[in-house]
Amino acid sequence: MPSVLPLGDPAPVDGLLPGSAAVGSGSRRFGLYVHIPFCAVRCGYCDFNTYTATELGGGASQDRYAGTVSAELELAARVLTASGVQDRRLSTVFFGGGTPTLLPAGDLGAVLRAAVGLWGLEPGAEVTTEANPDSVTQRSLAELAEAGFTRVSFGMQSAVPHVLAVLDRTHQPDRVPLAVQWAREAGLKVSLDLIYGTPGESLADWQQSIDRALELVPDHISAYALIIEDGTKLAARIRRGEVADIDDDDHAEKYAMVDAGLQAAGMHWYEVSNWARAGIDECRHNLGYWHGDDWWGAGPGAHSHVGGVRWWNVKHPTAYAQRLGDGVSPAAGRETLDPSARYVEDVMLRARLKEGLGIASLRDSGRKAVAGLIADSLVVPSEAFAGRLVLTGRGRLLADAVVHRLLPD
Amino acid sequence: MARTAPVPAATDPAIIRNFCIIAHIDHGKSTLADRMLQLTGVVEQRDMKAQYLDRMDIERERGITIKSQAVRLPWELDGTSYALNMIDTPGHVDFTYEVSRSLAACEGAVLLVDAAQGIEAQTLANLYLAMENNLTIIPVLNKIDLPAAQPEKYAAELANLIGGDPEDVLRVSGKTGAGVEVLLDKIVRDLPAPLGDPNAPARAMIFDSVYDTYRGVVTYVRVVDGMLHPRERIQMMSTRANHELLEIGVSSPEPTPSKGLGVGEVGYLITGVKDVRQSKVGDTVTNMAKPAAESLGGYADPKPMVFSGLYPLDGTDYPVLRDALDRLKLNDAALVYEPETSAALGFGFRVGFLGLLHLEIIRERLEREFNLDLISTAPNVVYEVTLEDKKVVTVTNPSEYPIGKVMEVREPMVSATILAPNEFVGAIMELCQQRRGQMKGMDYLSEERVELRYRLPLAEIVFDFFDLLKSKTRGYASLDWKADGEQVADLVKVDILLQGEHVDAFSAITHRDKAYAYGVMMTGKLRELIPRQQFEVPIQAAIGSRIIARESIRAIRKDVLAKCYGGDITRKRKLLEKQKEGKKRMKMVGRVEVPQEAFIAALSSDESKDKAKK
Repeated sequence: MPSVLPLGDPAPVDGLLPGSAAVGSGSRRFGLYVHIPFCAVRCGYCDFNTYTATELGGGASQDRYAGTVSAELELAARVLTASGVQDRRLSTVFFGGGTPTLLPAGDLGAVLRAAVGLWGLEPGAEVTTEANPDSVTQRSLAELAEAGFTRVSFGMQSAVPHVLAVLDRTHQPDRVPLAVQWAREAGLKVSLDLIYGTPGESLADWQQSIDRALELVPDHISAYALIIEDGTKLAARIRRGEVADIDDDDHAEKYAMVDAGLQAAGMHWYEVSNWARAGIDECRHNLGYWHGDDWWGAGPGAHSHVGGVRWWNVKHPTAYAQRLGDGVSPAAGRETLDPSARYVEDVMLRARLKEGLGIASLRDSGRKAVAGLIADSLVVPSEAFAGRLVLTGRGRLLADAVVHRLLPD
Repeated sequence: MARTAPVPAATDPAIIRNFCIIAHIDHGKSTLADRMLQLTGVVEQRDMKAQYLDRMDIERERGITIKSQAVRLPWELDGTSYALNMIDTPGHVDFTYEVSRSLAACEGAVLLVDAAQGIEAQTLANLYLAMENNLTIIPVLNKIDLPAAQPEKYAAELANLIGGDPEDVLRVSGKTGAGVEVLLDKIVRDLPAPLGDPNAPARAMIFDSVYDTYRGVVTYVRVVDGMLHPRERIQMMSTRANHELLEIGVSSPEPTPSKGLGVGEVGYLITGVKDVRQSKVGDTVTNMAKPAAESLGGYADPKPMVFSGLYPLDGTDYPVLRDALDRLKLNDAALVYEPETSAALGFGFRVGFLGLLHLEIIRERLEREFNLDLISTAPNVVYEVTLEDKKVVTVTNPSEYPIGKVMEVREPMVSATILAPNEFVGAIMELCQQRRGQMKGMDYLSEERVELRYRLPLAEIVFDFFDLLKSKTRGYASLDWKADGEQVADLVKVDILLQGEHVDAFSAITHRDKAYAYGVMMTGKLRELIPRQQFEVPIQAAIGSRIIARESIRAIRKDVLAKCYGGDITRKRKLLEKQKEGKKRMKMVGRVEVPQEAFIAALSSDESKDKAKK
């Protein structure tokens, strides 16, 4: 079951944005997200908008997808110009999925070329693709680097076979070092994704995954607590009692472990679930999400944001391809954020960052909450006195509670 | 049907028959009454609503009668036209006093029993009440059309109860109308005509008063002596309050003004007063200019037996609740309330009720008619606490329980009658013993059915007693109770503390032997109901400073949704806004956030709700 789209206002067929979206666009960075909705198999925990090869045909099929999504990029360029948004070069591009590397490297390169042709790239732009360790080869990674990709994010998830089995991950653990080595040889920066708290994962299992990941000396690690989404196979297995339910205390323990392990290895946290080796290794594309920058999200179910307007595309690849084939915007719905919603998002997103949230930017109710947050060891006192709200380790685990306390009732 | 109905105000008492119908809920009283209205021609077929006399929606939905009314029916027998006054009585245990006044207005009673079920405890209690009032009893089996009817068996049971021959028990069907004419004839033949002195100062007994939005209070009376006329001044003998009689008349069944009401007649009065408390059930009405020397007697103020705190879920609804109670009070002399503040629940009212059904009816009316969402605290009874300095404190709420040295606590008692098939006697005795009951007697109504009499603390039956009784007897047992003094008991107040803070809403007064069980139950319930907080929350039950039970809610360590990328932001913001909304429904106990749902779940006795609906 692909994830459910939010409820919003209807989006116009021409995709045109309200005038407010263009205001101040010159001072915001511009990113591109390309959603690749294909996977070899669906993982038991995944509720993303992704499909296996046999599920789709027509313009939604894998072999025609590069052309279909490139058509949205052309529409995007027209819409942004027509909406008065300042023309900017792309500072980041991110291919996510699904499994982008299920498409031939040549197809991914073609989509990237189309984007660069429309907007151009800023010097030093970050271009990432997600990849499964078993969907890349030495050759495909070299091709990606040649096509302009600078970074690859591998879905390692765990180094422990029985944990990978519960997650339905198909790769062999020993495939990961090989893939990382090839990426390095191709000159790509490497990020690893880890998942903790899988049913049946012991603390020792998790420590092993952390250690194996660190042995590969990645530039960046994302570690996520497993979330059981409704409608997934794993949710059904838990409901039937076939595997144990996840446990928040176990998650907390494992978060502390990964944070300690990564910091000891010289990596630093810069967002609740993200660690980087050096400042330059932080994922600038994702920072754009948290900073409220502009990005266009292309592909079925992809979300976009330009100047306080958020919208999302139709979810199903076939419907998506059809829309573009008809020359119609694939947007399914959108919302224009009012000042209070923008404030809520700003607090919610920036509170997750190591750089923190400017206390001066908070409204009265938020400023008044800071003392209590210090008292409860949720924010770092020295940072707070310096005017920035930065979460402690405990605060990172209870970030939702912190955000609640900062927002007005 | 009578060809010429006797005219009110000019009716010879000799042709008047006043009767009521004593029956259990569901035994078909209202259906039989409907059939009588049709047969006597006072209601045309096309105007017939099922259960015409039960006006309120809740009454019609629950199939029970809360408020009684009186209807004048013309009936002809052997060439004479008679005026029959049918006084409808409330059918539930909580309204015993009102039943007793309705009975006092009659010379006879139709004892109506479901031919498939036999007599129930409340009916039996009301039958005893009628017999004590020297009413002539006409035993009738209803629903003889049902396949499950066992008229022989239950006729024998009735004959055994009231004396007489099973052959004399009438058999009717309110549904088909079979036997109803015979019953009307029998009422005329068997019931005595009312007696009274037409020349004495007027005396009329109030057996009901109802608030009507357009007309103010409508008072139902039975005239005993003398005569009441429109436009004259009348006096209520208990309060000496006097009013002008704006209108007087009879219901047939719509109100019809008359030139007055004479000896033996039953009808209504309108004086323009706006509050039923100015027209109290049981009071005697007399003529201001020529007052009677003595009242008819039997008047008693309604006494609330069960108290519960009612709080609006949304604190801003407090004024709405106050206005709503003020409105309901107009029509319910037994409803008492005063403002109350709970640290946990905010502003509300402590409300006194005649019993649990009364509580449920009021609560349901408040929610339905005034669109309120309410939390009601666990019902409790009234305790008299004597301190060592001999000071006596009346406790209607556990929070009023005195802190000082308590010498003695007295609790209200009831005498309860339970009817059940004899196979359940053991189970019932066990239940009553657990509830600190003392057995007072046991009788066989028939070979299979037993009447058990117990004296029990009221507190032991207000919560879940009836449910347990029903479940232990597969639904066969019926229960009736009436107040029966008080007793000294070893009672203690159990407090519940959340992180050291008293939560007044969860305090309870219990017998010492049951305090531990209450503490374990409530702390366990709260541990399940209160979400984890950012710190550990101990939950304790205590008697004074002594902790008798303890649970704890572990601190939450992680709440953060691990991923928050471009496609997650809208969803996460909406979730956050929804949680914010949810937080408004949280009550703060110290630093602990307690969802209102937890209060409702911890306080609501689902059992008591079911009970009232039975």
